[in-house]
Amino acid sequence: MTQQHVVHAPLSQGELTGYVHSTESGAGVDGPGMRFVYFMSGCQFRCQYCHNPDTWKLHAGRQLTVEQAVAEIAPYAGFLKFAGGVTVSGGEPLMQAEFVGALFTAIKQRYGLHTALDTQGFLHANVDDAWFDQVDLVLLDIKHSDPQRYLEITGQALQPTLDFAQRLKRLGKPIWLRYVLVPGLTDGADDIARLADYAASLGSIVQRVEVLPFHQMGADKWAQLGLHYPLAATPTPTAAAVDAARTVFAARGLTVC
Amino acid sequence: MESIAQQAVQADPWRSFAAGDWQNRVDVRNFIQLNYQPYAGDATFLAGATERTQALWAALGELLKQEREKGVLDVSADRGTSITAHDAGYIDPKLELIVGLQTDAPLKRAIMPNGGLRMVEAGLAAYGFTLDPVIKEVWSKYRKSHNQGVFDTYTPEILAARKSGIITGLPDAYGRGRIIGDYRRVALYGTDFLRKERQQAFHELDGAVFTEDVLRQREELSEQFRALDELREMAAKYGYDISRPAVNAREAVQWTYFAYLAAVKEQNGAAMSLGRIATFLDIYIERDLAAGVLTETQAQELIDDLVIKLRIVRFLRTPEYDQLFSGDPTWVTESIGGMGEDGRTLVSKNSFRFLNTLYNLGPAPEPNLTVLWSTALPQGFKDFCAKVSIDTSSIQYENDDLMRPYWGDDYGIACCVSAMRIGKQMQFFGARANLAKAMLYAINGGRDEKSGAVVAHGFEPITDDVLDFDTVMARFDKMMDWLAATYVKALNCIHYMHDKYAYERIEMALHDRDILRTMACGIAGLSVAADSLSAIKHARVHVIRNEDGLAVDYRIEGDYPAYGNNDDRVDSMAVWLTETFMNKIKAQPYFYRNATPTQSVLTITSNVVYGKKTGNTPCGRRAGEPFAPGANPMNGRDVHGFVAAGASVAKLPYAAALDGISWTASATPDALGHTAQDRVANLSHCLDGFAAAGGFHVNVNVFRRETLLDAMEHPELYPQLTIRVSGYAVNFVKLTREQQLDVINRTFHGSL
Repeated sequence: MTQQHVVHAPLSQGELTGYVHSTESGAGVDGPGMRFVYFMSGCQFRCQYCHNPDTWKLHAGRQLTVEQAVAEIAPYAGFLKFAGGVTVSGGEPLMQAEFVGALFTAIKQRYGLHTALDTQGFLHANVDDAWFDQVDLVLLDIKHSDPQRYLEITGQALQPTLDFAQRLKRLGKPIWLRYVLVPGLTDGADDIARLADYAASLGSIVQRVEVLPFHQMGADKWAQLGLHYPLAATPTPTAAAVDAARTVFAARGLTVC
Repeated sequence: MESIAQQAVQADPWRSFAAGDWQNRVDVRNFIQLNYQPYAGDATFLAGATERTQALWAALGELLKQEREKGVLDVSADRGTSITAHDAGYIDPKLELIVGLQTDAPLKRAIMPNGGLRMVEAGLAAYGFTLDPVIKEVWSKYRKSHNQGVFDTYTPEILAARKSGIITGLPDAYGRGRIIGDYRRVALYGTDFLRKERQQAFHELDGAVFTEDVLRQREELSEQFRALDELREMAAKYGYDISRPAVNAREAVQWTYFAYLAAVKEQNGAAMSLGRIATFLDIYIERDLAAGVLTETQAQELIDDLVIKLRIVRFLRTPEYDQLFSGDPTWVTESIGGMGEDGRTLVSKNSFRFLNTLYNLGPAPEPNLTVLWSTALPQGFKDFCAKVSIDTSSIQYENDDLMRPYWGDDYGIACCVSAMRIGKQMQFFGARANLAKAMLYAINGGRDEKSGAVVAHGFEPITDDVLDFDTVMARFDKMMDWLAATYVKALNCIHYMHDKYAYERIEMALHDRDILRTMACGIAGLSVAADSLSAIKHARVHVIRNEDGLAVDYRIEGDYPAYGNNDDRVDSMAVWLTETFMNKIKAQPYFYRNATPTQSVLTITSNVVYGKKTGNTPCGRRAGEPFAPGANPMNGRDVHGFVAAGASVAKLPYAAALDGISWTASATPDALGHTAQDRVANLSHCLDGFAAAGGFHVNVNVFRRETLLDAMEHPELYPQLTIRVSGYAVNFVKLTREQQLDVINRTFHGSL
């Protein structure tokens, strides 16, 4: 479960702050090992299969200073050193790039923990290369390999994300590539093969490809927000379909799970 | 079988063992330290179940099915049991490598009237059996039981506290258990050696002043001596001469099991734990493997066969007892792994073989396989433990790094979390005092919130409309004084009488003469009490009284921090409660037999019953609602995930709860990682992190498909089952049926 109701003292004027939707102290599926996860508020994408639409609005979260945000991992730092690290997810963390960069820096300086950025990469051009020095791993979410379909699914262009991948290649930054398999939306054989080719072309920085089967557990969040959920009738992919997709990546020498 | 036995007679049982003190006096630890081989490798050497093992397990499976249907398969109601009361019994003598049953047939339960005849009669009646009239006459006319003795001494206040449930689960009508005989001694020395040692111990006291203590000890030593004779006689019924030491691995397993079997033939203890035998037995197995007279497959068969026997230990108990303990547990706890005081690991290949039975025979609650976890354990063993946990949810973990400084490196766990040096220490099991109810008594001036009866005399009720923290604390402090005094008095009654009327002869024959005894008190309702204090301090708690002036309900205005979220504002209250009650116990003037008082935060299975007996509490919990088990946060109040919950639990100081602090954690495979390899590494790292933080014990549940299916049918049993899918958590029982099926398919599809 997530934390959403901590009240903080009023913020002083001019101090750098960010909006954190919620945090989670023990997740094993958002990067290597057990992760403390910050879910940042705000995303400019409107993915049809989003399972966290409650994080879309930038000001939906708690407004925190870097100091306040980093204080939340203090009780777990010893554990995380043993067990994993910290992941900043969302929402889209790059929407609050200055805050998130400062947060990563503080985490690194204070606790020396492993850090991961969970992003779709669209806004990467807003930060300089040095911003990534404090990031050990990027969990890069590519929603679709066809520009037109990408636009339909997310409401945004694909190219910035591809540019971002090239940039990470240039920086030698490790990537876990994540692909959500949605029946009828992202499960086209050619589309998967195209993405797999692209992933393979990035070379050894792609440490792992995660094919994540679409699930319906975000549905109630759409309902709570009074939003129309376009995938209400979409089934979850069959085990065979998930296997098949994974095989496409594996066939190109990628590590898949 | 005969040919092995004959060969054995010729052999020197101690051949090729490193010599040491252990040869001159009983010292199993010395033998282990000089002879065992630490194993730092992985699980790849293990062997699967043989056809023989599978056939034996299948034969038993039929009987187990019948037992499940009937509740109790059969009872030997014709005789009070003893070590030698029954003839040899078998599951299938052609298939069994290790023999011995509690009665003359598998799953046929014995009756043990020493504890109390009423319990026996109730147990028989519940399952449609009747007691032999001669037994009834003997135990009502000529022989007194433990139960009768206790009730001859109880005070009216103890009786009232027992009735209201502020003290619950006292072993005054059933066997106290939680005593571990050093069953290994029989294998290493044979009964002749042990008899001589007991005789010597007896005669050393010939010149002593015969105080009541010395007289009791002499009588006990004589009983122990006799019990060893009976043990030998019992083994002889199966064709074995255990007067001499075991000469090979099979005999070592068999001798050790016979010793344990004698204990469960004679005692229906709440927990009948096995000790720490795996690495001891490994020494024999390694010797036989090296000599080429045993293969790995045969070694695994011996352990599989032993574990089959341990899985069918049965006692006749009443439905009320089963309700208190949530089932029919026997707590055949075997402690596995740990580190030695010299820095070598005590993990051996046999540590792996015991865990491997969960694959060869499938998951099971018994024997209660308990891994003594240290951050220094070999990685191969850590990984195997994590894998077995994930696959079977059948292992519990206890922090060896915390316990070793107190108990050395040859301790075992009795029941769930009670550490004791094997053969050198026992405990007087004390069940639990209900701290949540004690707080309600503080508010109501000693009147029970459910019945209205005065249980604790001489107290005034709080009359405020809104509870004041300082007032409640002051009254609560005094009420805990009363509770500790009443509680320890009851325990003194119980253990005096248990020694007198239901003495554990064979278990104590396998202890040193002079041992450490602990008075193992316990507390229930820790999280309810801590949350209630937190609510009173951080929110406004209004009291709702009935027409009789009794506080029966509470209305909370505002929020309060709840225990289980790694929040010091309330976790410190749980720490305070634990330390304070321990100090109040310690302050009591007398502990039977010079016992050292200790305390547990346990209630591992009785949280439902404790909850039933407790009214509405200031934390918002409704009357009758179950407590959280052990040191767990209350259901649903630990909202920051299991890492935060574990961090809260880890704050409870072991020094103030030397009888153990229990935490039950649940995770789905998905929460632990996307791949099997990730899950193993993550769980192993979590256990390291918890241990390094000072966490004492954790039950790890990684829910399996069957569990989730069961949760769909019985959602009331799984109020906090949480399912994680990447970046997202949901409460399983609140999902629609379709979503639940989706989770099940997602979580368990075989392609990960």
